[in-house]
Amino acid sequence: MKPGSDELESSLPLPTFLIDPPSGWPTLGLKELWEYRELLYFFTWRDIKVRYKQTALGAAWAIIQPFFMMLVFSLFFGRLAHVSSDGIPYPVFVYAGLLPWQLFSQSLVESSNSLVTNERLINKVYFPRVCLPISAVIAALVDFTIAFTILILMMAFYGVRPTAAIVALPAFILLAACTALAVGLWLSAFNARYRDVRYTINFFVQFWLFATPVAYSSSLVPLRWRALYGLNPMAGVVEGFRWSLLGGSEAPGPMLAVSVSMVVLLFIGGLYYFRRMEAEFADVI
Amino acid sequence: MNNFAIKVEHLGKRYRVGGQERYKSLRDVLTNRVKAPFRSLRPSRKNGNGSSAAAGTDFQDQYPRRRNGNGFVWALDDVSFQIEPGEVVGIIGRNGAGKSTLLRVLARITRPTRGKAQIRGRVGALLEVGTGFHPELTGRDNIYLSGAVLGMRSTEIKSKFDEIVAFAEIERFIDTPVKRYSSGMQVRLAFAVAAHLEPEILLIDEVLAVGDAEFQKKCLGKIGDVAKQGRTILFVSHHMPSVVRLSPRTLLLDRGRITDSGKTAEVVGTYLNSGFGLQAEQCWPDPSSAPGNDLVRLNVVRVQNTSGESQQFFDSRESIGIEIGYTVMHPVTKLAAEFVVYDSQGVLLFTSANQYDDGLLELHRPGEYLSTCWIPGNLMTEGTFFVRVSVVEIQMPVKVHVFEENVLAFQISDPMQKDSARGRIAHDYPGLIRPRLEWKTRFSEREVFSI
Repeated sequence: MKPGSDELESSLPLPTFLIDPPSGWPTLGLKELWEYRELLYFFTWRDIKVRYKQTALGAAWAIIQPFFMMLVFSLFFGRLAHVSSDGIPYPVFVYAGLLPWQLFSQSLVESSNSLVTNERLINKVYFPRVCLPISAVIAALVDFTIAFTILILMMAFYGVRPTAAIVALPAFILLAACTALAVGLWLSAFNARYRDVRYTINFFVQFWLFATPVAYSSSLVPLRWRALYGLNPMAGVVEGFRWSLLGGSEAPGPMLAVSVSMVVLLFIGGLYYFRRMEAEFADVI
Repeated sequence: MNNFAIKVEHLGKRYRVGGQERYKSLRDVLTNRVKAPFRSLRPSRKNGNGSSAAAGTDFQDQYPRRRNGNGFVWALDDVSFQIEPGEVVGIIGRNGAGKSTLLRVLARITRPTRGKAQIRGRVGALLEVGTGFHPELTGRDNIYLSGAVLGMRSTEIKSKFDEIVAFAEIERFIDTPVKRYSSGMQVRLAFAVAAHLEPEILLIDEVLAVGDAEFQKKCLGKIGDVAKQGRTILFVSHHMPSVVRLSPRTLLLDRGRITDSGKTAEVVGTYLNSGFGLQAEQCWPDPSSAPGNDLVRLNVVRVQNTSGESQQFFDSRESIGIEIGYTVMHPVTKLAAEFVVYDSQGVLLFTSANQYDDGLLELHRPGEYLSTCWIPGNLMTEGTFFVRVSVVEIQMPVKVHVFEENVLAFQISDPMQKDSARGRIAHDYPGLIRPRLEWKTRFSEREVFSI
């Protein structure tokens, strides 16, 4: 399935497709993905539209969930347990951690289930299957944007001023999305074959939340272990996000580097694994 | 011969026996691994004359196919053919012959196990009605969504939007969620989008089997128009009349192999004469899967001889009984069971309905009905015939409750004996019907001079 293969003599100015058995290592298919960008847009648009179609509160849900989690965390960890928040008012601190976390967890859950929920499409029409997990992540970015407005209000309320580091913010948002997609690629391909994934994923995400410095700061972790802590890529993402927006602690150096390399590895591996499994999705799903 | 649209070389697709077996969980995988050695011991079901209801999708319910002994089955086996740009080619064959698998491979939904295919041009695949539809979204949204999924650019959809809406006849409901549409409207909208696809190559799988007759005709017409514009069309159908009408060339698939290809009339003839696809009886013991809706359901349809036995091959002198059994759930007026008979060229020969039975048209009370119509002997010509059965409310607005194409088939042969219509005439004896008509010949004796 290589569009426009050169080995084919083409007398017509038409795209030529070669259909052959899967063999060896697949290409990443990024060029084809670009050709299908419109479909990617439509999938995202559908996901967002359908999600809020039948809810009374609509897009407010994107705010309600992180907001209430922020309240609960502030009460238990901030007020009662006096967890250190690096000198930042705890509610702002935790909300700034919850935002990238929510982006990550929502993207991860939705993208992991994206193949299974679109089973009919996969069985009836061709498109690069990777469109499905990607559009799930983009749809989550929309929710993230809505929830982000609350953070701005909170920062204004508590008088927290962003530093120059804010220019790095988009990079951390992107990193959160990439982390989710990287893991989502693995899990969605796995889910197509083994439905166990569907049942384990929520448990998995909850577990991951506590391993990530959302309710607490990574400064709780002894310095010499901190780089190792970066093996959880979300540690780097959350700390980086918070740092770029609120300042507070110093820039997360080695830990972030470890996290980024981790994401790159997971991402490339996930994409290859996904492409390799793609050939049999329609047969096993 | 380089100017091809589709070129298929030694294509093969292998599935594990049990077809699209799904591994639902890791545990299943483990237990399957353990059971696997025993799987081949299971007796394979030798099915032959398919007399039961419509076949499912499970391969094991079809007929046994080529196996290589390791629990695999070749759904496609060494298939090669070439299609020129602008050709319209039909694919026929029994259920499970590999027709749909072939389309799925060409549509790039699944990869082949062996061989290769080359396709020149953009491909549009129409493997079901309403691909990409989402019930929560409005008709307008779904036109865009389904169009995009089927491979249209959004500018293309925009420019054809009004045309699609008009074709579907849903102008008033365009901003209503599709889940509130009647099933007929949903099908019309889905079709309208699909019918406006304009790829160079169109793959169509049996999608004409749904929708009401009027709309089917409209779609056939639209596809015919597309064909005239020089697009390449490959389509699978059980509906011989549309195969004959649309495609000059046809491939016959059997057990994953191409067993015949060439001029449609000849291939269809081969197929029909092989006895494949002929069914003299179909019954639906389970009402939930029977054709129909919550007012009327089909129970049984049968071609029978005068002794009341199901029969497929008739002597042209025999009367042929068409039996339609249906259940009516609520009282309904102006309901009639109908059938039409096609010949193998797709020519509709005649229609008949049970409208003259006592009081039946005035009121159908809830219950089971069994209607039999007798086609007299010495009326029809030789050949293979297909029956479409429908149950409809016959007055405006006409409501179609059951509409089953090709639900029955039977064959007639003229015994060439002295009391048949053809009698002892050895030469070609053409005609759409072959009635044995009354002749009177007067003779007067006189002297005749030879010249």
